[in-house]
Amino acid sequence: MTETATESSRETAGEPLLEARGIYKYFGAVTALRDVSLKLYPGEVLGVVGDNGAGKSTFMKVLSGLHSPSEGTLIFEGKPVHFSSPRDSRELGIEMVYQDLALAGNMNIAENIYLGREPRRKVLGGLLTLSDHKTGLRMAQEHLDNLKIHVKSVEQNVEELSGGQRQAVAIARSTAFRAKVVIMDEPTAALAVKEVGKVLDLISGLKERGISVVIISHRMDDIFYVCDRVMALYHGSNFAEARLEDASRSEVIGWIMGSKEHIGTVAHDRVQ
Amino acid sequence: MTASSDLENGGLPEQADTDGIRTRLLPFMDRFGILLVIVLIGLVMWFLQPDVFFTWRNITNIFKQTAANGMLSIGMFIVILTAGIDLSVGSVLALGMMTLAVANAGGMPWPIVLVLSPLMGIAAGFINGVGITKLRMPHPFIMTLGMLFIARGLANLISGGVPYSGLPDPVRFLGSARIYLGELDGTRLNLPVVFLATIVVYFVFWILLEHTVFGRRIYAIGGNPQAARVSGINVDRMLVAVYTICGFMAGIAGLVMAGRTNSGFPNAGQGMELEAIAAVIIGGASFFGGRGHVLGIFGGVIIMGLIKNGLNLNDVSSFWQQILIGAIIILAVFIDVLRRDLGTRH
Ligand SMILES: Nc1ncnc2c1ncn2[C@@H]1O[C@H](COP(=O)(O)OP(=O)(O)O)[C@@H](O)[C@H]1O
Ligand SMILES: [Mg+2]
Repeated sequence: MTETATESSRETAGEPLLEARGIYKYFGAVTALRDVSLKLYPGEVLGVVGDNGAGKSTFMKVLSGLHSPSEGTLIFEGKPVHFSSPRDSRELGIEMVYQDLALAGNMNIAENIYLGREPRRKVLGGLLTLSDHKTGLRMAQEHLDNLKIHVKSVEQNVEELSGGQRQAVAIARSTAFRAKVVIMDEPTAALAVKEVGKVLDLISGLKERGISVVIISHRMDDIFYVCDRVMALYHGSNFAEARLEDASRSEVIGWIMGSKEHIGTVAHDRVQ
Repeated sequence: MTASSDLENGGLPEQADTDGIRTRLLPFMDRFGILLVIVLIGLVMWFLQPDVFFTWRNITNIFKQTAANGMLSIGMFIVILTAGIDLSVGSVLALGMMTLAVANAGGMPWPIVLVLSPLMGIAAGFINGVGITKLRMPHPFIMTLGMLFIARGLANLISGGVPYSGLPDPVRFLGSARIYLGELDGTRLNLPVVFLATIVVYFVFWILLEHTVFGRRIYAIGGNPQAARVSGINVDRMLVAVYTICGFMAGIAGLVMAGRTNSGFPNAGQGMELEAIAAVIIGGASFFGGRGHVLGIFGGVIIMGLIKNGLNLNDVSSFWQQILIGAIIILAVFIDVLRRDLGTRH
């Protein structure tokens, strides 16, 4: 009896927070995803690698509700879910930081963080609802302080920021409302070298808060610095996956190129 | 002081200067620079026509003449904020005006006649918005160019291409009524109702754009539509609303012009879409969307009005007016280009 109880409780603890089963995505004649599956556990950082065009971004957009899958199911906290827009996934606590960041350069940091979920206040006895700029600025400042992100002022327009600062704002935006899962598409790709470390530390910080993170990256340094597990997509399908301690850099680089052999051998073969 | 401290400061001024320009002067000029331009133009006019220009009568005239353009321009502004364009407003103005005049001639009661022009505007704007989003037109230019012809054609069709004149007072109220304020040095001071209405409309748009969630999202769509979309904002629905509001303002402009001229004529508003675009651009909005302020647009409208008025007073032909306004549009955008260079220099 007791054994069954522990069995089942262990099972619950090991249940994935977010799961994708047999996802297909077609764009007209193009099959971008073919039977892709994923399990993301609470508080883990999962790295996703793959060559350009492997379907990484498309898969993340399916997870965040920007694309709906042509086939397959998404399961969140044990229940099947259907997202018709990012609004639905955000309501459940799934946030995405897009590759192109999706910030409005003409608006200030605070407005970008709360875009789509603006704090409001009622005036004229509830007749009129206004955007509550003051509260937005205060909340944004507190949130950035919390994440140890430093900016001159939250009233600065985003177009005035450096690439790393923009990335930080995009991450702050994704965590502004009790996120459970944050998906990041190549968060370090466009950064100056000295800014990469800061962004990676920010990602580690999310993990410490118990947030699950999916991060796409081409940089092995990123993957081996922040991830617990890594999976590879190749030509739109699952190719390989491993816990970080069971994988080597050259192995993972091999996966990107569609090879499960040790990269050393591949290189060796080439030299021959 | 000592030579050394002079030297120390000697290295700084340039840096401090450009910083001061960037952080203080530029934002200030962004918002209020246009008022300075207006004062300057006003002073020149006053200098050229000291007896006429700065009279109560002439100033209120300017407001009366620019009111319709003011209504069109603020609607055009929110469309341009979304990086769109509405070429149909001049024709929609005419359609609203003709519907109103024809309905009146047909014996409709004035409360219905009064709302017909704004209603036609709403309908045309709504169709523009739905066309742009649902028919997935490659650019709003196409849909609204189509509407430019359709609305003009309808205006002619329902009126048989001839003007109708004579409207009841309540319908004329917005465009022609005046409020008597009192007497000053023997002149009767009358305030055109349309001037007050313009102020109220611009104030409402200021609240809308600066202080409502809807307004801030209009700026966000102009800044980066993709960002708005992934934030869960229903961009298509917002665009339909924006074009509908623009159409509504064209309908209001139709009502204003019908009131002022006490008539409806089917070729009214021809070319006014371009004047509205000009006022918006002179007022500091960007064609790429997301930039500009209500106060600037108001300034743009006033500048257009001042120049026309000034040139009329000085007996300059309307051909020269066109040339001057064209030059000012180019100059205004060029100043904006220079300003942006300065603003983004690091
Ligand atoms: N919106 C789209 N329409 C058509 N094809 C698309 C679209 N998005 C992605 N694709 C295609 O899907 C494949 C995977 O692209 P993507 O997910 O961006 O790859 P990755 O992020 O791994 O580089 C590519 O062949 C790409 O051309
Ligand atoms: Mg990608």
